[in-house]
Amino acid sequence: MKHLTDKQAIWLVLLRLAIGWHFLYEGLVKVIDSNWSARVYLLDSRGPFSGLFHSMASNERILSVTDFLNEWGLLLIGLGLILGILSRWASYAGMLMLLFYYLSHPPFPGITYSMPAEGNYFIIDKVAIEFFALGVLALFPTEHRAGLARFFRRKDQNFE
Amino acid sequence: MNEENKGKGSGGKKISRRDALKGLATVPVAGAVAYGAIRKSHYEHKINRLISEELSMSPAEADYTLPPPGTREIRIGIIGFGIRGKQLAQALGFVHPSLIDDWRAAAATDENDTRYSDFKEQQALNVRITAVCDIFDTYGEMARVTAGNLNREGTGAKIADMPRRYPDYRDLIASPDVDAVIIATPDHWHGPMTIEAARAGKHVYCEKPLTWTVGETYELRKAVRESGIVFQLGHQGRQTSSYIKAREALQKNMLGKVTLVEVTTNRNDPNGAWVYPIHEDASPDTIDWKQFIGQAPWHDFSLERFFRWRCWWDYSTGLSGDLLTHEYDAINQIMQLGIPHSAISTGGIYYFNDGRTVPDVLTTVFEFPDRNMSLLYSATLASQMSRGKRIMGHDGYMEIGDTITIYPDAMSTRYAERIAEKVIEPGKPFYSYFPGKKGVDAVSSATERYFAERGLLYTYLGGKRIDTTHLHLREWLEAIRNGTQPGCDIDQGFQEAMTAHMGTLSYKHHKKVFWDEENEKIIV
Repeated sequence: MKHLTDKQAIWLVLLRLAIGWHFLYEGLVKVIDSNWSARVYLLDSRGPFSGLFHSMASNERILSVTDFLNEWGLLLIGLGLILGILSRWASYAGMLMLLFYYLSHPPFPGITYSMPAEGNYFIIDKVAIEFFALGVLALFPTEHRAGLARFFRRKDQNFE
Repeated sequence: MNEENKGKGSGGKKISRRDALKGLATVPVAGAVAYGAIRKSHYEHKINRLISEELSMSPAEADYTLPPPGTREIRIGIIGFGIRGKQLAQALGFVHPSLIDDWRAAAATDENDTRYSDFKEQQALNVRITAVCDIFDTYGEMARVTAGNLNREGTGAKIADMPRRYPDYRDLIASPDVDAVIIATPDHWHGPMTIEAARAGKHVYCEKPLTWTVGETYELRKAVRESGIVFQLGHQGRQTSSYIKAREALQKNMLGKVTLVEVTTNRNDPNGAWVYPIHEDASPDTIDWKQFIGQAPWHDFSLERFFRWRCWWDYSTGLSGDLLTHEYDAINQIMQLGIPHSAISTGGIYYFNDGRTVPDVLTTVFEFPDRNMSLLYSATLASQMSRGKRIMGHDGYMEIGDTITIYPDAMSTRYAERIAEKVIEPGKPFYSYFPGKKGVDAVSSATERYFAERGLLYTYLGGKRIDTTHLHLREWLEAIRNGTQPGCDIDQGFQEAMTAHMGTLSYKHHKKVFWDEENEKIIV
């Protein structure tokens, strides 16, 4: 693997921090709000997979698991990305979550949602872009340049 | 870049200061995010404290739940099996097999169509329909089959115990196997039928409005009071959880001094304007026209008048009796207004020039000088712009639908300090209530409010969507079993009727009308 230049590493770290920030804040807000539930979001699902998401909303047990995984998933992924620990796993897990968000609310022409979008989207929306960005982060890890992973470096690893 | 590492070898055990700095470099970022989240939560905590401690709104969901149905079977006679009669039978647990077929077919093609499963899950109320009466033969027979469909099945169902159909409602009321009657007839029959049933000692659930004329209202109240029957007027809004919560908000004085309440009707389709379909079987041979006319002025047989009776004063009470009554009863339930001091109405037939005599646009203003407030009713049957119900106070205003949302007023005295501290912000709701959502819900997200207002969250009971008409009938049945009176009893009904009559009389006479409280009379 070719080494990243300092500039490349800095921009990748900034991207990692930005996405981590987004995940962590979303997670914290949900964890702190004891009344938070994904129910209304799931109920508003449209498109080819809406049946799956509606059924998740209507089953209390599945819903509580969904809520728990959302709250703590977002929080831990955010922490992993920001702190730079297990960040590759965090990236993949984040991509999985984003895939679910995308499939539940696909920005396809002809589909409208209860909550209007703040912009105009055609197939690609911000969820999709964040998904691809996490793909980049998973393949260009920077946690050993700036992150807690630096303390757990194996002997044979040297990324600098 | 690699000098230090070179010094101790690749991945050396000793952690240099530089390594430590780089390792911990991003930790403050996590701290910053946590600070932001805690600040947000702190702000929300302040509003929640304002709502739950200073204003003492209870965190519980509005309690409109009812105990499980009693075990004593109640035998019911239904008079009138048109649109509303069928809905009431459904709310009791009885529908025609063909409707079950329709619902099943709809559920098969649209998974979101839960009418069939909702109905199957609707709790049984321990009632039996033992008598039916409709003066249109087709509806009368439908009523019998519906009442006999005990197992809630589709076509081919085993229809057992079909009740007797009475051609004359008086015989149904007199029948010894009827304990209670449900009246879902045109307005001009509500009074005579309820009076007859009360005198026969039969409990009554009567659709709104209570009466067609002012005179019969006194007689009806007297008959119900003297007989001691359990009477419920059909305003299922009484079982709407948001109204119950709105009442609590007003009792806790969240809005300050209320001076104006605005209620509305906004419809824009022929069905909403009472232009109902005419049944193909209908003819002078299948309809007892003479009984239909009753106390109304004579008119030759007319299919329009039979199926679209709401369009003529001869049988109807117009917008005032049909739709204002629901709005008034909601506000009367929330604010205990009683009969207004005066009413003034204006309007006309501006869109549906189809021969009707009742207006399709109506505005009525009721004055309550004792309460220092006005109630404005504004209706059109030719625009669906949804305006909802609004209660306006000096300190805040409340929008009521299936949800309630309370906004602070920028000039509020009570909240001035809180507004200055930015705990609450004018123009931004500081309290919302959604059915089915637990906890003090002061700062629900914009998203959530958006969903709720568009009906994604509904009237829930234990997480399930429940038809309020079912709950309203259930309240009446439990009152019969327990010897109590239900929410929309004869006194509430009397207030509803007189208020609606004042609105109508003002419209008809083109002048302000007054309520003489001492003599209980409307002065035109």
